[in-house]
Amino acid sequence: MLTLTIDGKEIGAHEGMTVLEAARSVGIQIPTLCHHEALTSYGACRLCSVEVTQRGRTKLVVSCLFPVAQGLEVQTNSARVRNLRSGILELLLARCPGSEELQSLATTLGIKQGEFGFAQDSGKCILCGLCVRACQEIAEKSVLSFAGRGIDRRVATPFYKPSDDCITCRACAFICPTRAIRFEGGKLMLPD
Amino acid sequence: MITSIRSTVRLGSPLQLEALRESIVQKNDPSKCVIVICAGTGCLAAGAADVIRAFKEELKSKNLEDRVDVKETGCPGFCERGPLVVLRPRNIFYQQVTPQDIPEIIAESVIQDKIIDRLLFCDPRDNRTIIHEEEVPFYEKQTRIILGNNEEVDPTSIEDYIAIGGYSSLAKVLFEMTPQEVIDEIKRSKLRGRGGGGFPTGVKWDTCRNAHGSTKYIICNADEGDPGAFMDRAILEGNPHSVLEGMIIGAYAVGSNEGYFYVRNEYPLAVENARIAVERAEELGLLGDDILGSDFSFHVKINRGGGAFVCGESTSLMASLEGKVGEPRAKYIHTVERGLWDCPSTLNNVETWANVPIILKNGADWYCDIGTEESKGTKIFSLVGKINNTGLVEVPMGTRLEDIIFNIGGGIPNGKMFKAVQTGGPSGGCIPSSMLHLPVDFDELGKVGSMMGSGGMIVMDEDTCMVDVAKYFVNFLEGESCGKCVPCREGLKRMGQILAAITEGRGRETDIITLERLSVVLKEGALCALGQTAANPVMSTLQYFRDEYEVHIKEKRCPAGVCRALIRYEIITDKCVGCGLCVKACPSEAIVSMGKKEPVVMDESKCIKCGACFDVCRMDAVDKE
Amino acid sequence: MNRQMEIDLTKIDPVIDKYQGDRGLLISLLQDIQEVYNYLPEEALLKVSEALDIPKSQVFSVATFFKAFSLEPRGQHLVTVCLGTACHVRGGQRMVEKLERDLDIKAGETTEDFSFTLETVNCLGCCALGPVLVVDGKYESRVDSAKLDQIIKRYR
Repeated sequence: MLTLTIDGKEIGAHEGMTVLEAARSVGIQIPTLCHHEALTSYGACRLCSVEVTQRGRTKLVVSCLFPVAQGLEVQTNSARVRNLRSGILELLLARCPGSEELQSLATTLGIKQGEFGFAQDSGKCILCGLCVRACQEIAEKSVLSFAGRGIDRRVATPFYKPSDDCITCRACAFICPTRAIRFEGGKLMLPD
Repeated sequence: MITSIRSTVRLGSPLQLEALRESIVQKNDPSKCVIVICAGTGCLAAGAADVIRAFKEELKSKNLEDRVDVKETGCPGFCERGPLVVLRPRNIFYQQVTPQDIPEIIAESVIQDKIIDRLLFCDPRDNRTIIHEEEVPFYEKQTRIILGNNEEVDPTSIEDYIAIGGYSSLAKVLFEMTPQEVIDEIKRSKLRGRGGGGFPTGVKWDTCRNAHGSTKYIICNADEGDPGAFMDRAILEGNPHSVLEGMIIGAYAVGSNEGYFYVRNEYPLAVENARIAVERAEELGLLGDDILGSDFSFHVKINRGGGAFVCGESTSLMASLEGKVGEPRAKYIHTVERGLWDCPSTLNNVETWANVPIILKNGADWYCDIGTEESKGTKIFSLVGKINNTGLVEVPMGTRLEDIIFNIGGGIPNGKMFKAVQTGGPSGGCIPSSMLHLPVDFDELGKVGSMMGSGGMIVMDEDTCMVDVAKYFVNFLEGESCGKCVPCREGLKRMGQILAAITEGRGRETDIITLERLSVVLKEGALCALGQTAANPVMSTLQYFRDEYEVHIKEKRCPAGVCRALIRYEIITDKCVGCGLCVKACPSEAIVSMGKKEPVVMDESKCIKCGACFDVCRMDAVDKE
Repeated sequence: MNRQMEIDLTKIDPVIDKYQGDRGLLISLLQDIQEVYNYLPEEALLKVSEALDIPKSQVFSVATFFKAFSLEPRGQHLVTVCLGTACHVRGGQRMVEKLERDLDIKAGETTEDFSFTLETVNCLGCCALGPVLVVDGKYESRVDSAKLDQIIKRYR
């Protein structure tokens, strides 16, 4: 058992917990996109970033992966955190301007849209990887993976062909935060 | 020194190693003529293979094979002047040698004692010709404790390495020092990682030694990805045993029995020479089980990269070693605790490993005498771009930028003005002429918006557009981003679009502010160092060359004459003699001949601004503005 | 062209044996396979997945992540132009553009008759000699438009 401070509030936590888990255990909300309790944390969207101070040094980390420590001080809503959160959502909105879920999240967090312009309209997929991890860890089929790299990264089945290994459990469609991956007529439809 | 022995007897003790060394040295005749030729990738690209072949053929035809040896060595660093040939024992230094020169060299300088003037290095600053290698200003002003050995060894010969004292540090470590004593000595030397991070090596090894787990890994990061940097290539190609010896010592220190070389796919010669080194060391019992008869074992494998700059980042590299894509992960738990296959791992850069045997040989005190208070030893820099003496420069830490660029580098070619030097690769920044007095070490350049990084130094002159440079680095990183995290993947894409617009005359007044905001998102939010430092080239060029950005945006003009959309080519009718070279060169038929010896005419609407006419014209009759 | 008939999978048996099921060496294994076929055929990747017990999706991920690999057949001659910073500053990009015009393909593509594949690479480490390009493993230094014409002619 150890104690840390989140937004000025002292709370208890167990060794091995992440800051996100500790925050949620006392009802402190931190927004996430690529995180799900049932899956291993990935740390890709960076939306759950918080400011931590440890041994006199302050830095930004992702709360879904950062381990709690005795005496850790966490700020979940400082100006620096809000600034980063805003930047991340704006980038995602520039990527997927048509996504209702992203727009709604922006409204909830009080973030203005469209600041970064030059939208490339990549449909709805935000490359959070939840579908890939669900297929690996829940269905245990590993049908899905990321192909390519950088801005060309995409969720794919091997060779973009329908996979015989897919058992149509639909875990991927269920867990997708933006409805980018889905099933139509019983067939898996990869994000555009 | 030439070693004609090929030993295959396993060495079972330090005494046997010493005995082998003695026998190699004794068989060497220091007065024998040896022709030393650089066979590094750079010189090979400049035709060294033909030079080597020509020497061997000529010696054969003159029946001199018994009296004259040919030694192919690694890169000594004077790449601008290759192919490089040194005639020992007199150390006559010939540069830019071609196969056609060989008969003359043999006849005049080998059989007789004459010097061939035209092959000597001539210092452009005072027109002085230099005869002996040690007097070449480029080398003389350096402190070549690492690179200097490249010329003493044929990288495929373990005997050469043993002859110059190789593996004696390993013997000392295995039989006279405890692992903790080795770590303490490296700590005392204050050796810091040479790959860019500058982390204290001794501390890293100490943490790894104390980390939980019986299986530990040693890794050599030879994924030198910074464009323009080739120090590690020269070391690994030219003296692979020095790196291997360092790794075995490190393995002993941390308690590891297994290691990896991770070499860029784009360095096939380094991969091959490392492979040969591993094979020979195993044959001689200097690697593998029970090294030198001790009870310490260490095995090493060589992995190649797949063309991904991000794999130079330690967690990415380890993912790639596990057969996965090169995706970094958060380093909240350090790789020295949980790294490759979740085991404690010590990853160090090629140059760092190469420093280890010499520190143990000469002692931490000797090492600390070189360099500055916090940055000890030497650093090898690759000096490239608009510079007279392109090549590798090894100097004590703390040497000033201007000394490296002007004294050793010979300044800017063609009488052009220095504009900036990019240091630290895509993670670094540009340093303008006002800062040339700064000393180069781990800390000084960081204070002005750049960093020393792995040692790449790209010199730029008045004809370089700094906005184009920023765009180049952003485009590079866009292509190399793994794509996992939002700030890097999306942020770099946006930055690239904005910079493209600026260089094409579509820049907007708000662009600079947007670039600054994006750079904060990258710095604060990106997952790994690639993303976190990705905005540095943009920010540093904005810091020192903001006016160039503003001219591009407000006036739609490129002062340096680089940005294609903002320049135009024009025929200067008075200077044109109608030779027609440009007509032939033009890919879009924009230039039309008006008859023999009549000035040509250009249809600008067809001009694609490729610059071919500008390149071929010998009359200076094409203007670029 | 019926590619199916052309892929002789037995050719890579010795390669797969050499790596003895060491999953960590997947990238090296794929490089050796690419040397056999001059690209990575789908059938070969499926065989690797089975032989090393690695999910097909992971093999596909790795094959598409690393720029060294091509999943499309490549030309007889591989022309790789260096676009490292030093070569860029010396006009490397213009060399790429000229080759794109002369070969009528974009970087990353192969000519219709499969004679040439044009690729770019980020720094070969020969910065003193830029612009540099490599054709079939042979390095060409200090390249300009005229030299490029000669080089292409030599390989046509």
